[in-house]
Amino acid sequence: MSEVHAPARSDAGPGRTAAAPSEPTLPANLRRNAPLVPTDSAASRALAAVIAILTFLAALCAGAAEIAVSSAGQWQGSVAQEVTVQVRPSAGRDIDADVRQAESLARAAPGIAGARIFSKAESERLLEPWLGSGLDLSDLPVPRLIALTLASDRNADLSALRTALTTALPGVASLDDHALWLQRLSTMANTFAGIGIGVVLLVLFATGLAVVFATRGAMAGNREVVEVLHFVGADDDYIAKAFQSRFFRLGLRGGVLGAGAALLTCALAGLLARMWRSGPAGEEIEALFGTFQIGWQGYAIIVLIGVIASLVTAAVSRFTVRRFLR
Amino acid sequence: MKTGSLLSGAEEPVVRFESVGMRYGLGPEVLSDVSFEIAPHSFQFLTGPSGAGKTTLLRLILLSVRPTRGLVSIFGKEVSGISNDALTGLRRRMGVVFQDFRLLDHLTTYENVALPLRVQERAEASYRAEVVELLRWVGLGERMHVLPPLLSGGEKQRAAIARALIARPELLLADEPTGNVDPSLARRLLRLFMELNRLGTSVVIATHDYGLMDLVEARRMVLAEGRLRVEGP
Repeated sequence: MSEVHAPARSDAGPGRTAAAPSEPTLPANLRRNAPLVPTDSAASRALAAVIAILTFLAALCAGAAEIAVSSAGQWQGSVAQEVTVQVRPSAGRDIDADVRQAESLARAAPGIAGARIFSKAESERLLEPWLGSGLDLSDLPVPRLIALTLASDRNADLSALRTALTTALPGVASLDDHALWLQRLSTMANTFAGIGIGVVLLVLFATGLAVVFATRGAMAGNREVVEVLHFVGADDDYIAKAFQSRFFRLGLRGGVLGAGAALLTCALAGLLARMWRSGPAGEEIEALFGTFQIGWQGYAIIVLIGVIASLVTAAVSRFTVRRFLR
Repeated sequence: MKTGSLLSGAEEPVVRFESVGMRYGLGPEVLSDVSFEIAPHSFQFLTGPSGAGKTTLLRLILLSVRPTRGLVSIFGKEVSGISNDALTGLRRRMGVVFQDFRLLDHLTTYENVALPLRVQERAEASYRAEVVELLRWVGLGERMHVLPPLLSGGEKQRAAIARALIARPELLLADEPTGNVDPSLARRLLRLFMELNRLGTSVVIATHDYGLMDLVEARRMVLAEGRLRVEGP
């Protein structure tokens, strides 16, 4: 009945004692650690494209917000460096004496680096854009201005100066610290920044959702692979890691492409803006966008968004796989 | 329930079924009142006509399905309500050859065979020699860099067997492992299973190839209409 017994060859088979004495020669082209989850299907390319596009949009949006915020910051900086004292002509008063008094008051105040009186001619020239040139304005009660430059090293006490001016020259002198302007500017800048952050968050959320769907699709499509991995002793964590590394690579590819495209677009736009600035429309463009340069911070934000998109992809896919396997 | 496993761990049955019943959904019972033990270092065939429940029984042992009633213990551990970690631990002590091989088509033969070691997160260099040697021994030395779709049925079967053996399991389950190979290779594979058994692995071979079973004096677990009968030593 039993014609076959234990094999005569004891030098071979899985039960041989210690490891092979010398490593057997391997074919040079032997592939060894291919990803456990098949990559490069049409679905993965589509997902990478979606991530790239979303990253691109988020990065552009962040770049635009950065331009707005930094331009607003520049304007604010230059506007806030100056305050203006206005001296109105009043019947029965010598306006030149009033201006001189206001100037000496301002110069005496702490934190004021300099004061420049706009002469009568200069004050009238400020009205030219509205009234046209060549008019005799001597009959008009044109107010006179004193531009005060603030010292950058210490804070000026503007309310004290304002009180001093109104006490010394009641109804004649007033101080304009551009507070309303500055407030509006900073509101606008904050709004832009808020919109930028909101859009970036939305886009990252959309990326996460796309990854959830793609991961579930990949899990369903690779059910057989997952089952075999379980049978050969892989735990859920290992399987989740396998999917995570696949999706991290996809996310990285998408993030790099999207962020790279956004960086190129910004660099190109800066270049074009610089070229156009010499043209007839240059001044308008510059007035609108400033110098159209997003600076190293902007570039850093764009790169950061690419990295975050890849990390979100990895984390979301891992979480989805863990939930799927449970 | 078996007790005293602390002192006699080596003697504990590898698999123990007590009045196990199994049905899929609301269908009829595929297995009913199945009770048996598989002793350590034992060698047995599981046989019966097609559809008798052999594959279901193997799946119960593999813990890929749970019994509808009765108790299943694997390596002395009762498996109802087992944690995922413990499940993985038990599966790493088993090797399985599927009837349809279940090789991963995107991995080479070498990578497929190395899979059980790879999922234990061992470094590739630590098992390379072992995998290559086993591949050569099952006659796949020249085919180790080929993807499974390019392998013949017999080659796939040998690759599947090599994958089941590579981690030196304590329990080997093989579902029709010689179904696609010629008789001489079938005998060679049987010798391989027997040598593995001699070295301490419990082996269960599901087959309805009586020619193969007649080659070895071994216990036969015969399934018929969902009930199990044990014959032989």
